[in-house]
Amino acid sequence: MLRKAVLLFLVVGLLLAVAACQQQAQTPAPEPTEAPAQAEAPTEAPEPQEGEPYKLGVVVSVTGPASALGVPERDTALMLMEKINAAGGIKGPDGLMHKLEVIVEDDATDTGQAVLAAKKLIEQDQVHVLIGSSGSPASIAMAPVASEAQIPMISLASSTAIVHPLLNDFEGQTIEIPGKGEHTIGPGETVIYLSRLYDVDPKAILEANPDLPQELVRPWVFKTPQENYPVAQVQADYWKAKGVTKVGSLGVNNAFGLDSRLAMKAVYPKAGIEIVADELFQPKDKDFRAQLTKIKGLDPEGVVVHATPGEGAPITVQFRELGFDVPLMQNHGIGSKAFIDLAGEAAEGVVFPIGKLLVAEGLPDSDPQKEVLLQYIKDYDEYTNGAPRSTFGGHAWDAVMIAVRCLEKVGPEADALRGCFENDIKDFVGITGIFTWSPVDHVGISKESLVLVQIKNGTWEYVPPEQYANVP
Amino acid sequence: MSLESQLLQYLFAGLTLGSIYALIALGFVTIYNVTGIVNFAQGDFAMLGALITVTLYQRTGLFNRVITVDLQLPLPLAIVVAVILTTLIGVVLYVLAIRPARGASVISLIIITIGLSIALRGLGLIIWWTDPYPLPVFTPGPPIEIAGAVLTRQNVWVIGTMLAIVIGLYLFFEHTLLGKALRACAVNRDAARLMGIKADQMALFSFALGAAVSAIAGIVITPSTFMAYDSGTLLSLKGFVAAIMGGLTNAPLAVVGGLLLGLVEAFGAGLLSSAYKDAFAFLTMFVLLLVWASGLFGRRLVEA
Repeated sequence: MLRKAVLLFLVVGLLLAVAACQQQAQTPAPEPTEAPAQAEAPTEAPEPQEGEPYKLGVVVSVTGPASALGVPERDTALMLMEKINAAGGIKGPDGLMHKLEVIVEDDATDTGQAVLAAKKLIEQDQVHVLIGSSGSPASIAMAPVASEAQIPMISLASSTAIVHPLLNDFEGQTIEIPGKGEHTIGPGETVIYLSRLYDVDPKAILEANPDLPQELVRPWVFKTPQENYPVAQVQADYWKAKGVTKVGSLGVNNAFGLDSRLAMKAVYPKAGIEIVADELFQPKDKDFRAQLTKIKGLDPEGVVVHATPGEGAPITVQFRELGFDVPLMQNHGIGSKAFIDLAGEAAEGVVFPIGKLLVAEGLPDSDPQKEVLLQYIKDYDEYTNGAPRSTFGGHAWDAVMIAVRCLEKVGPEADALRGCFENDIKDFVGITGIFTWSPVDHVGISKESLVLVQIKNGTWEYVPPEQYANVP
Repeated sequence: MSLESQLLQYLFAGLTLGSIYALIALGFVTIYNVTGIVNFAQGDFAMLGALITVTLYQRTGLFNRVITVDLQLPLPLAIVVAVILTTLIGVVLYVLAIRPARGASVISLIIITIGLSIALRGLGLIIWWTDPYPLPVFTPGPPIEIAGAVLTRQNVWVIGTMLAIVIGLYLFFEHTLLGKALRACAVNRDAARLMGIKADQMALFSFALGAAVSAIAGIVITPSTFMAYDSGTLLSLKGFVAAIMGGLTNAPLAVVGGLLLGLVEAFGAGLLSSAYKDAFAFLTMFVLLLVWASGLFGRRLVEA
């Protein structure tokens, strides 16, 4: 009997542990705000002045390797919900006040789960805008789901292929680039990438190749972070300023790394920088010494890493261990305090392009974003009891506030929202940049929204553009 | 960097990686030999060992920063306490989850260990959240340079720890009564029981030993690779591959398997293509299994 009792106890314990872990992953961490399911239940009679809630479905990576991105994104979205509802909600075009309902789903940094979560939010919760996911692979997987359901989606990830259709189906085929010869399509490429690589108008490429899908942007998909392309441009400026002409590259073998490496290959050679090594590693890898050794063997004058903190930090530690004496450049994937905490002393001296949030205090007062940035930093600090600011949370701020701006203006109908995103988001002062979306531009920010940051004494230091930009 | 020093560097990287796989594989083999169970929670013990050490050593916020533990024990003491705690967890899990089901088939028991692995990962998530945690290097200082290649002090610790544990286990199994009793269980459990060896106690002891070895492995790699609640899975997988290469029953061969796996990964990634680093490892396993199929798996699995 005793044995059975113990076994039963264990089974119950296991179930509890699993249940608790799932719950942990799905419910907001800092303070359990009211569960969305309850809000839907028709128990409390709505006040006469109050309309149906406006719903945002947020898919982010609260667990898994991209959790350093997903946690601040989730907290920012929930913080904004609390703030907006405390002020009475959103005043819709119908004159009624609508509560904002943010429903968060964790995709555990898994593309399959991201797609399931997106479907659940669209079909069951019937959200008006889909936001997410934290990472490029999951966002690219979600884009067709939102497109098919015709629900506007705002991604929080960087790849070009999120808003521009991939040419995956044409991989290996040779197409004509007007005036530049032929090109064989490789993985991760988009028409917009080819137009940047060859300095050709994207429309001319489509005209010359009628077989390609004639859509330049996915009509229903938008995103708030910078693309990897302007990031590579800022990196190239820095390398030029430092007189670096050959670099080694180490990138994560997923959609984010691929996009970042493609951007690098489109930008660096034109700036006179040779890419002598293009090494890869798998997500969740822990040991990068083999790749780093290979790069070191090629004697580069600088090394560029395409990663997020989970792998970017051990790479940095092992980079120092192997005794490299060249500058280490990363990209905007490491823009959270987690990177510095993890890499410790090894992080000192790492440079990377990033949005202005991390160095907001150091910006000149004339910067139009400074006020918004400082306010967000203060709000986020209060809401999370002192969690460090993160660029990723900023991406979520932009997505939620742009959605709110359009819900206010046109209400929750999908076509109207999409129209508002394309035509009415002009000079929107956000955290990541100043957004101007249009029917052909669903990113709306570029190089000017980036600053170069160097890690010094365990924090981020603003590198003024005079030190690296506009060097001939 | 010349080709020779690059090759040497790959050798160092491979040996370091391989040492970790070897340690995890040793845990697999120890438990498998005595109980016939493949314990898939092996890598999670490494996670527990490392994260407990971190918690004892530095100020750590637990349960999503609700509780802050601020013991700040000296590192060696933190390590010893963490290994003991992980060992106890291994014992408790055996008593609670494996022993009550000891009449069940081996497959059922293996499935229980998969459940344990999921539960431990869930526990890790609740306690330590999703952050990866670092530890300081054990002996700070410049790396050792040999013919242009660098061997960091932590690498020396990793390889040294592996060697020490292999030698320790060898002496234990060959020269102590308890070790011999364990080996007797491994050779023939029923006969051992007839000789008055308490098979159940031996099984319990093998879990304790497996947990302790894994915990140590997890702790020594954390300074350079960090540890998060879900890092154990990959360690389990690679350790299992190494153990399979050694036939699951043969400890020295498991160590060789682990080292081989590490070397294949390092040289494969360095000389061929880093995109297929894991593929090389698994390919090697397939080839070895094909070539040595009958000899490798041994008869135990067939009987079971």
